[in-house]
Amino acid sequence: MKKTYAIDVDCANCANKMEQAACGTPGVAKAVVNFMTLKMTVEFAEGAQPAEVMREVLARCRKVEPDCDIRL
Amino acid sequence: MNRRQKNTLVRIIVSAMLLAVVHFLPLDGWVKLAAYLVPYGIIGHDILRKAWKGIRNRQPFDECFLMAFATLGALALGRLKTGDYDEAVAVMLFYQIGEWFQSMAVDKSRRSITDLMNIRPDSANLEDAEGRCTAVDPDEVPVGSIVQVNPGDRIPIDGVVRSGSAALDTAALTGESLPREAEEGDEVLSGCVCLTGFLRIETTREAGDSTAARVMEMVENASSRKSRSEAFISRFARVYTPAVVFGALALALLGPAVRLLMGLTPEWGDWFMRALTFLVISCPCALVISIPLTFFAAIGRASRAGVLVKGSNYLEALANTRLIAFDKTGTVTQGVFEVAGVHHAVLPTEKILELAALAESHSGHPISQSLQKACGKELDPLRVTEVEELAGEGVIARVDGRQVACGNERLMARLGISAEPCRSVGTVVHVALDGAYAGHILIADKLKPTAREALDQLRACGVRKTVMLTGDREEAAREAARDLGVDELYAGLLPVDKVAKVEALLEEKRPHEALGFVGDGLNDAPVLSRADIGIAMGALGSDAAIEAADVVLMDDDPLRISTAIRLARRCMRIVRENIAFAIGVKLICLLLGALGIGSMWLAIFADVGVMVLAVLNAIRV
Repeated sequence: MKKTYAIDVDCANCANKMEQAACGTPGVAKAVVNFMTLKMTVEFAEGAQPAEVMREVLARCRKVEPDCDIRL
Repeated sequence: MNRRQKNTLVRIIVSAMLLAVVHFLPLDGWVKLAAYLVPYGIIGHDILRKAWKGIRNRQPFDECFLMAFATLGALALGRLKTGDYDEAVAVMLFYQIGEWFQSMAVDKSRRSITDLMNIRPDSANLEDAEGRCTAVDPDEVPVGSIVQVNPGDRIPIDGVVRSGSAALDTAALTGESLPREAEEGDEVLSGCVCLTGFLRIETTREAGDSTAARVMEMVENASSRKSRSEAFISRFARVYTPAVVFGALALALLGPAVRLLMGLTPEWGDWFMRALTFLVISCPCALVISIPLTFFAAIGRASRAGVLVKGSNYLEALANTRLIAFDKTGTVTQGVFEVAGVHHAVLPTEKILELAALAESHSGHPISQSLQKACGKELDPLRVTEVEELAGEGVIARVDGRQVACGNERLMARLGISAEPCRSVGTVVHVALDGAYAGHILIADKLKPTAREALDQLRACGVRKTVMLTGDREEAAREAARDLGVDELYAGLLPVDKVAKVEALLEEKRPHEALGFVGDGLNDAPVLSRADIGIAMGALGSDAAIEAADVVLMDDDPLRISTAIRLARRCMRIVRENIAFAIGVKLICLLLGALGIGSMWLAIFADVGVMVLAVLNAIRV
């Protein structure tokens, strides 16, 4: 399953960090952050609950970039 | 400007004025430091806060942490040695100005590129049962409703014209500047602008499934497929910052150590300052922003020219295209059969065409339609009598009282008339009048008017080999290939054979070269996906082609292939320029900083100036 979320982040490198953080979250098969369109596309692993996984993704992103936001 | 940007701007102005005031106050010692801490706090409090969070989250190479460390270090040095705090506050100030400028520049270019791509209207004029019109959100219009389009409006949803006629500007979808006529019964696509006239359209899709929405979605998603350059830069960014930080550490410790060994004074403060300069240059943002921005701008620009590129990685491949294989029918030819000539005619050409078209007017055969189209005038069916169709041979009819026979050689042979053979390739319709030979009409699939130029342009932009792969007969293909100047020709191929040929070409190409295949997308899907870069032609409205291809040419014009390649090359050149420029300037500044020539001011330029220049360069695409 693939879902796209609007994100809010200031700099391109921070977007890359968010991408890395999201990719390392359990339940995420693949995540791509598009800084130009401010979107995060997440491909969930089989059987993952998107709502729960995304809460964890946001928490991990906040760790690497305190100012970021993901509109869930 | 959003709230955060306005807030930052106010802080920049206030702290800059305060810094100027404090600079001229006759203060000394701790009081002086305290006075400087006021503008420093105003401008830098969020950086300090983020730096603290970074430490707590064990993200030591966060740029906020580095900025905080560098400026606090400079303040400490000022207190202990120099008594100069200007630099520390100014560095923080300029860092914030840089961040602010970056945020504005990125927002601006993001907006201008998105505007460029925006072909989706915000409202649709929905007509109700009484014929009254209300403006609604296109997403709320159900399939089968009637929407009105006034002159100057964009068509909001795909549909069929129910009444009215208009000239449509399709440039946003196809890049084609010539307006297209639409009248009752015609299918029209969303995203086109109605130039003149008024249209009532019955919608056949929902707004979200309409062409405009699909095109925009594709273009927006395209920058999510990252190119090798982007992957390289983000890998580089990951090692760059730690490397610079360790460089700074080494500078602070090894510099004095070496001086001590040489019997000189260690000058700890001086080396510490140089190390702090390093930290300021350690942010990789200029690099990281300029690359995706360039691809984004190029994809936006291409979509305006009627070329949809489905990913940044495909722009990269497109730029390396050195071999092009293409299909014939529908790609370089029009795919419709047209009268290509009238030979050996005993009457004027128009007369022969008119008689033949009349004789064939009762048949639904494609040849009859080509004849009628070539004839170009209304045909009165009452002039035709005694029609006799001979399957597989042709038609014999009486037109204006004269007997007209139209058909192939077998028909002529049946009538005992000797037919002149045709030297050109195509379908030949022999015409006999009252039992005497009157000439023949050649019907052939014509090359597109721009096909020849398209091939020349491809060679001009560095394609070293062009190959035609077609399922058509050898003779027909050879003539087209000769006219176009194609290097290699393989005719009579089944779709499977085309895949095999493309694979052979893939074997043959050199490393770093890309092989492009251009096809019409319907039966070429397997080849499109097998080639390094699959280019589908005239794919407006064809989902299969959009699925299979990497690059979609929205109109039928083969000239757009070279347009796309040129644009991709330009994009890649700017990407390379930006990578070299940003890394180069940073390395030079690091070197100058290490030698003690560059100050923190230079470091700030290396960080902010490079970023701004790289962004400006990126949107030049």
